[in-house]
Amino acid sequence: VENVRLLDRVSSRKAALGTLYLTATHVIFVENASDTRKETWVLHSQISSIEKQATTATGCPLLIRCKNFQVIQLIIPQERDCHDVYISLIRLARPVKYEELYCFSFNPKLDKEEREQGWKLVDLNEEYNRMGIPNDYWQISDVNRDYGVCDSYPTEVYVPKSATAHIIVGSSKFRSRRRFPALSYYCKDNNASICRSSQPLSGFSARCLEDEQMLQAIRKANPGSDFLYVVDTRPKLNAMANRAAGKGYENEDNYSNIKFQFIGIENIHVMRNSLQKMLEVCELKSPSMSDFLWGLENSGWLKHIKAIMDAGIFIAKAVAEEGVSVLVHCSDGWDRTAQVCSVASLLLDPYYRTMKGFMVLIEKDWISFGHKFNHRYGNLDGDPKEISPVIDQFIECVWQLMEQFPCAFEFNERFLIHVQHHIYSCQFGNFLCNSQKERRELKIQERTYSLWAHLWKNRADYLNPLHRSNHSQTQRTLYPQMAPCNFLYKFWSGMYNRFEKGLHPRQSVTDYLMAVKEETQQLEEELEVLGERLANLQKMQLNGNKIQSKQQDRSKQLGLSASTNSLANTPQEYGSDLKSFPSRSPSQGDEDSALILTQDNLKSSDPDLSANSDQESGVEDLSCRSPSGGGCLHSEDSGKDSDEAVCLAV
Amino acid sequence: MLRSSQPLTGPNRKRCPEDEVLLGMVLDEGERGFIIDTRSAQAAKQARMTGGGTEPKSSYPQWKRLHRPLERGRPLQESFIKLVEACNDASLSMDRWLSRLESCHWLSHVKAALSTACLAAQCLDREEASVLVHGAEGTDTTLLVTALAQVILDPGCRTMVGFQGLLEREWIEVRAAEVRLGTPGRLHPCYLPCFFGVPQAGHPFHLRCARSAYSHARLKQEAPLFLLFLDCVWQLSRQFPFSLEFGESLLLALFDNAYASDYGTFLCNNEKERRVLGVKENTHSLWAWLNQPEEKKKYLNPLYSHNPLVIWPSVEPQSIQLWQGLFFRWIRPSQYLEEARAEMQRLVEAK
Repeated sequence: VENVRLLDRVSSRKAALGTLYLTATHVIFVENASDTRKETWVLHSQISSIEKQATTATGCPLLIRCKNFQVIQLIIPQERDCHDVYISLIRLARPVKYEELYCFSFNPKLDKEEREQGWKLVDLNEEYNRMGIPNDYWQISDVNRDYGVCDSYPTEVYVPKSATAHIIVGSSKFRSRRRFPALSYYCKDNNASICRSSQPLSGFSARCLEDEQMLQAIRKANPGSDFLYVVDTRPKLNAMANRAAGKGYENEDNYSNIKFQFIGIENIHVMRNSLQKMLEVCELKSPSMSDFLWGLENSGWLKHIKAIMDAGIFIAKAVAEEGVSVLVHCSDGWDRTAQVCSVASLLLDPYYRTMKGFMVLIEKDWISFGHKFNHRYGNLDGDPKEISPVIDQFIECVWQLMEQFPCAFEFNERFLIHVQHHIYSCQFGNFLCNSQKERRELKIQERTYSLWAHLWKNRADYLNPLHRSNHSQTQRTLYPQMAPCNFLYKFWSGMYNRFEKGLHPRQSVTDYLMAVKEETQQLEEELEVLGERLANLQKMQLNGNKIQSKQQDRSKQLGLSASTNSLANTPQEYGSDLKSFPSRSPSQGDEDSALILTQDNLKSSDPDLSANSDQESGVEDLSCRSPSGGGCLHSEDSGKDSDEAVCLAV
Repeated sequence: MLRSSQPLTGPNRKRCPEDEVLLGMVLDEGERGFIIDTRSAQAAKQARMTGGGTEPKSSYPQWKRLHRPLERGRPLQESFIKLVEACNDASLSMDRWLSRLESCHWLSHVKAALSTACLAAQCLDREEASVLVHGAEGTDTTLLVTALAQVILDPGCRTMVGFQGLLEREWIEVRAAEVRLGTPGRLHPCYLPCFFGVPQAGHPFHLRCARSAYSHARLKQEAPLFLLFLDCVWQLSRQFPFSLEFGESLLLALFDNAYASDYGTFLCNNEKERRVLGVKENTHSLWAWLNQPEEKKKYLNPLYSHNPLVIWPSVEPQSIQLWQGLFFRWIRPSQYLEEARAEMQRLVEAK
C-alpha cells in the first residue's frame, strides 16, 4: 500500500511517508525519502494486537502493538486499504500451524552440520556433570524416557539415589500434571539442592506414600540438614482454594521433617493485567511525573518483580547460608516455579551469570522442564487467557540484578533484550511448543536453527565491559539488599520504551567501555609483538646480520575517536508557545548528530536498528559499520537472513 | 540570556523608561525576545498588589512573556522533607513506595526545572532569540534556570573549571557578565563585560541551606533550590555520561558544603555580607581545595570527552530518576556501584 504514513511516537510532527508491504513473515514499511529509504521490519510473530482507530481527515490510523513493546502507528489513506491490511494482519499474526512460523523458513545459509553444532552448543548432561552429578546422592533417571510418566518433563530427569522408579511413578500420580519433584540445582559445596514440582493432589486430606517417600529421599540426599523447605510460591489463599479442587499443598503433619512456606507470587492472570496497565502508562502522551508514578504503582508491576526476586533470595539463602534443600512448586510447576528456581540459581552460582551459563539456565529451567512457550507467548493463535509475561519477568529480574551488581554479569542489557525479542520472534526453534516432547515430535532441531548459536556468534556485542572473571562480584553468591530496597527496583525503560530513542542516554557507556577494552587489548598485543621484534633485532645485531625490516601494515583501525561525540539531540517539545515564531528546521545531521566512533568493526546485531531509529541522531550511521568499512548492517528483524550482511542505504 | 528580578509595576501600572530602554537595547529592530517568568501568571499578577508585577506588553512590545511556574520557598522545602522521610521509611511496602514518592513531588520539580531551563536554551539556540529570566526576587528559581540553561548550552560550563565559574557567576556572586555561547560571532555587540557586581543579588545560601531536611525548626526562608539545581545537573550527567568533566562525587561535595563547610565559599547570603565579614581574608576557598590535583581526581568523570554540542535532555518521566546517590546515600550499600566505578576507571586508565 502506497502513501502510508508512519508516525513518530514521541513527536507527532515527524511522520514518514512511504510504502507498506505485507509478506508471509513480515510487515515492512519503506520510507520514500530517496536518500535514506529507511526500512522498518516487523515479524508477524511479534504482533500482539492490531487496532483500527477512527478515520480522520488525514486517513485511517492503524496501531500495531508488538510483544517486544514496539508500537507502530500507521496512517493509511484509503479506508478500504486500511481494512484489508487490518484483516490480513489479524490472520497473519495468528498462525494456526507451526509451519507458518518464521523459523521454518528462516535460512541463515548454514549447512546441516553447522545447524547441528548450533543445537549442541548447550548440553544439559554436561551441565549436571558440572554440578557434580551423578554422585553418591543424585542420579540420572530414565523413568520418563518415553514421556510415559510425565509428558511435560524431559526424558532425562535427575532424582535422589534413593528414589526408585516405583517411588517416582507413585509420586507423579499425586502431583498436578504428573510433574513429580525433580532436581533443578545442586550445590556441591554443601549438598543442598533445589528441586521443583507441581502442587500435590492432596485436597483436604489425601495422602500418598510414594510422594512422602520422594520428599524424604530429597531430604536424605542432603545429609547436612535434618529438614527440607517446601516453598509454595502462591498466595496462601489461592493455594487453599485449590484444595477444594482436590489439589493444594503439603501438610507438615504428613510429610516428615518439612518446613512449609508460602511466598505469595500472583498468578498469570494478575501478571498479564499488570503488564497491560504498565504499557498503558507507557502509551500516555506527555505524562506528568504524577501520572507516571501513579500509573506505575497502580500496575503493581515492580511489586511483582520484587516478589519473584524475594522468593529467589529466600531459596538462595536457604541453600547457601543454611545448607538446607528446597522443594519449590506453584500450581503446575511451570511458571512461578521456573522463575523462582532460575533466579535462585543465578544468585547462587556465578556460572549462570556468564553468557553460556545463562543460556544453559534457560535451557534447563525453562525449556527442558516444560514451560508453555506456545501458550504464554502466543506462538500460535490460542486462548488469550493463557498469555502472560512469565519469562519476561524473569528476564527483568536479571536486569534489576545487573543494575545492583554491575560487575557481576558477563553479558549486558542488550543480551537480555535480544533474548526476550527472540522468545517472541519465533525466528529460531528454541522456544516453540510447550514441552520437549512436542518439540521432538515436530523435529525442531532438524528443521530450525538454534538461537544460542546465533547469539554466541555475536557475543562481542553482548559483553559487559565491567565483568572480570577474577572480580569479587563474579565469584560468589549474590545477596541483594532485602530491606529497605524498594527504591532499588527501577522501571526498565530500556525494555518497555526500547524503541523510543529519545528516552535513552544516547551515548552507550557499555559500547564505549567495550571498545576501550578491546583497543587496550590490541595495543597490548601490538606491544608484545613489537617487544619480540625488538628482541629479535637486538639478537641479529649481535650476530652482525643484516637487518631486514618489514613494514608491518596494521590494517586494523585502532582509533577511538573520542573527539567526535555522540549526541543525539534534538530538543523535545519544551514549550509549545514557541510555535508562533518561525523556527528553524531541525538540523539534519551536522550539528546535533555527530557520533562516537567506537571501532570500525562494531557491527550490531540489534533487531531494532532497522526500525524507528531517530534520523536526526544518526543512529543508523553507527549501525552501518562493518569490518570492510562499507555500509552494512546485521539486523535481527530484517527478514533477510540475519547472518548475511544486509545493506541499508543510508 | 539575561536575568533580573520582577519589575516593580505595582497596582498602578508604573512605567520605567530606563528599564524599557535597557531591554529595548538588547534586541535589534524587528527582533523578538522571550521573558520567562518563573511564577504562574496568576501569582505574577497578584504580585502587583504588593508592588511587584510583570512587564506589560504595551511597554515592552518586542518581548513575549512565557510563564513557567517553578516551586520555591516553603513548599519546596516541604517537598524535600517529605522525600527524605519517605526514603528513610523502612516500613514502606513496594505497593506504597511509588505513590509516596509521587506525593513528595520532588521529581515533578526536577522535571519542571529541567523543562524550563531547556525552554530557555531552546529560545537561545533554536530560535536565536534573547531571553530574560526572572521570578520575584531573582535569587532563587531565576538562578536555577539561567545556570542550568548554561550547562545545557555551553560545553565550557561542563568542565570542572567552567562549572565552578558558573557557580560563582550564577549562584554566589551573581555578577553581570558575558559568557560566550557557541561559535564566535554569536555575541551581541551591545554587551560589555561588566565588572560591577550587584552586591545583594546572590542566592542567599545562609538562609536557604540552613538546617536541611531533618530539622524540626521549619525556617521560613529555607528552601533547597541549590539542591534542586544539583539534582538537575545529576540528571544531565546520567543522560549524557560522557559530557560532564565531573562526576556525582563533586555534586555531593557541593551539596555538603552548601549546608556545612570548612570553607568560606558558600557563606553568607550575598557579596555585600561577605565583604563586611571579610570572608575572603578570613577563610579558605572551597575551589582551591577541590582543584588540588590529588583531590580533583576524586571528582573527575573518567568517561569525560569534550562535547562541543548542546545537550538536550529528555524530560519524560521515565528519563528522570530519583538521585539515589544523594537520597539513599546512607541507606543503600554503595559497595557494588563503587566497584563498578573503580572498574570503569581501571579500564579507561589502562588504555
